[in-house]
Amino acid sequence: MNNEQSLRLELEGIVKAFPGVLANDDISFSIKKGEIHALLGENGAGKSTLVKMIYGIMKPDEGTISWNGKPMNIANPKAARALGIGMVFQHFSLFEAMTVLENIALGMDEKMSKKALEEKVVNIMQKYGLSLDPKRIVSTLGVGERQRIEIVRALLLNPKLLIMDEPTSVLTPQEVAQLFNVLRQLSSDGCSILYISHKLDEIKELCDSATILRGGKVVATCDPKKETAKTMAAMMIGTSLQAINKVKSKEFSDIGFSVNNLSLRGAGDFGVSLKDISFDVYRGEILGIAGVAGNGQNELQLVLSGEILLKDKAKITMNNIEIGKMSAKERRKHGLCAVPEERHGHAAVPEFSLNDNAILTARNRQNMVRAGMINAKSAKQFTTKIIDEFNVMTTGHGASASSLSGGNLQKFIMGREILQVPDVLVVSQPTWGVDAGAASAIHQALIDLAKGGAAIVIISQDLDELLELCDSLAIINEGTLSQKQKVGVMSIEEIGLLMGGVHGENSSVSSSQKEVMAQ
Amino acid sequence: MNIDLTIAIIITMVGASTPLLLAALGELVVEKSGVLNLGVEGMMLTGAVVGFAVTYTTGNPWLGILAAGFAGACVSMIFAFLTLSLFANQVATGLALTIFGAGFSALFGQSFTGKPIKLFKSIFPDYLTEHPILKVFFDHSPLVYFSLFMVFAVSYFLHKTRAGLVLRAVGENDHSAHSIGYSVIKVRYGAVGFGGMMAGIGGACFPLLLTPQWVEGLTGGRGWIALALVVFSAWKPTRLLAGAYLFGLIATMEVYAKAAGGGFRIIPSELWASLPYLATILVLVLISMRHKMSSSAPACLGKPFISSN
Repeated sequence: MNNEQSLRLELEGIVKAFPGVLANDDISFSIKKGEIHALLGENGAGKSTLVKMIYGIMKPDEGTISWNGKPMNIANPKAARALGIGMVFQHFSLFEAMTVLENIALGMDEKMSKKALEEKVVNIMQKYGLSLDPKRIVSTLGVGERQRIEIVRALLLNPKLLIMDEPTSVLTPQEVAQLFNVLRQLSSDGCSILYISHKLDEIKELCDSATILRGGKVVATCDPKKETAKTMAAMMIGTSLQAINKVKSKEFSDIGFSVNNLSLRGAGDFGVSLKDISFDVYRGEILGIAGVAGNGQNELQLVLSGEILLKDKAKITMNNIEIGKMSAKERRKHGLCAVPEERHGHAAVPEFSLNDNAILTARNRQNMVRAGMINAKSAKQFTTKIIDEFNVMTTGHGASASSLSGGNLQKFIMGREILQVPDVLVVSQPTWGVDAGAASAIHQALIDLAKGGAAIVIISQDLDELLELCDSLAIINEGTLSQKQKVGVMSIEEIGLLMGGVHGENSSVSSSQKEVMAQ
Repeated sequence: MNIDLTIAIIITMVGASTPLLLAALGELVVEKSGVLNLGVEGMMLTGAVVGFAVTYTTGNPWLGILAAGFAGACVSMIFAFLTLSLFANQVATGLALTIFGAGFSALFGQSFTGKPIKLFKSIFPDYLTEHPILKVFFDHSPLVYFSLFMVFAVSYFLHKTRAGLVLRAVGENDHSAHSIGYSVIKVRYGAVGFGGMMAGIGGACFPLLLTPQWVEGLTGGRGWIALALVVFSAWKPTRLLAGAYLFGLIATMEVYAKAAGGGFRIIPSELWASLPYLATILVLVLISMRHKMSSSAPACLGKPFISSN
């Protein structure tokens, strides 16, 4: 068998343009049979567009996609699946109110009885060690389990190529290890894997080769085992990463913000209840709250920012003022700013201009409103300042928030809160969907804000970010917050176990977790 | 209360519930696919006038029903085209459809005022339909049996067939359904068309089952009650049956309260007449107070689907 025939997928000169951007510019690379091939790049490098064309969701403007050596026109996802291309999406395309089995049945093109399908599903799960109850309703499942549904769905089609889009971004370290085992087993069975990620360590650990995209172009193809994380990062970003300028081993004296025995019943069927949460944040300190999504982070964010009011005002204090009963507006006046996780419709009104969005949260602290009238000049000044200092790519202060890309809007929102120089800042996912360069700028701004004496709480699922940025760390699981500890005291494994909580199905995990909790 | 009166009340109740049940079943399927069509009243009125006109001209109520279903489906396609293909606001378009139906039926029905039509012959032999007890099962219009059949047909379709699964998936998460490769728009067109057909047939029940003559605005806002029933039933066809019969019973009580004496007289008949509407408001308030119910609504209800490519 010559080299040509052992190629599973070959891309040649793929071009895809959207109005205003060239998302993919002359992209060529190939994947061998059974190879785990990484597609590496920052947000906006064109990774998602490229795989959407391989999976038939979009059509390339130019170029050819060859499958097993033959040029193919992949018209739609169904055609892709018929060829043997499976895909696990970053944002799971699951139906919350339906069972696991119904979700899997929806992804099947061939018709089969419920019973036969269930049998097949159970077989696959046993073969690859994926545990999942087919009768559970999806909304009751954790993120790791949801991803397993997607994987089982893809595996049922006996794929020859499996595309994984940022699969580990929401998983605990244990779940990542499990996933890698499954992928290696698949690869040894001859299934090629296209692994999309920006996590360099993972790519080094898992992948046989890597194609690096930047600005829609292929900048390098390399063997990740031979590269260091640093050299790959340099290729991905183009310039060397700016090292974060962080003061080590700080000493703190004044408590800036504290939460005392906070409990809250979760709303509705799927809300998480907060259980007896207490923590103090010193002025100048950055506290990270880590955890797998859906463990009470949203509820905590809402309580801290003032979107959910408490009955007992003493449960939250800042600078010795009891603020538990204050609205978000009053809290802002006292110096507590907040950035919620959801950008569109929560942190910003998509249809409003950047100017109006700035007025919405900064009007009092930046003197934009006098006697009920908006001061257009100061609003414009402040908005322009955000755009300049946070390097927001936009046509100007009058552009609507929805016209910005996700990462740019995030920069704008972070800038809007940080430039108000709050005493306390509560942020969810500060760099979600932001590219590495912008992320490090946001990190630096947060560190500078803390240096100025602000108490900062960061709620994030990105553990690397928290470890890099925070002075101390606490882990939230099922609405319970662990003891706050200095970063560097807890090992990654301990953190992972705390995060895993009851979502891990390995019983040894939960027992060792109890040990950690007891300590 | 004597047995004859009870049976008479039940038979009237079943008849009064049937238009509600048919229209609500159609709307249930529409909403399960993620579309909110508030134009039920308009489609019912259209079905009613077309059903009457065709029955009057041909003398065949079966043709009248077919035409009513077809007319309802046609009108719903206007809604589907505006909201699904041109992304018009569903609430506003639905309201417009209701206004259109009211105007169209009033104009088109004018020439039929005061004219008699033939109704369905019973499909069962006389000894069953005239039996003092058994007539409670057999002395109904064929439309009643059709509506009961449709309850189970819709229930079976939604939960036991693949097409039903796809329809629910589209209503639950349109973008996911699209990315798996289902055509969200096609499914929704189909659902809206079915809803229009059912509303048309439901509307035709008024002249062909309840009062065999043309009166302007004869549906009397039942389309709105059908919409409320869908919410009341938490999008479950069998619960819809119970809800429709409950509303039918309340409506029937009005008729018998007028005729009967004694205790019924204490409550003025105007209050009886307004009871179905008061009950609708009460049910909707109760439902919105219970957060649990809201989670059974299709997640994409009323949201337009705009494909990303």
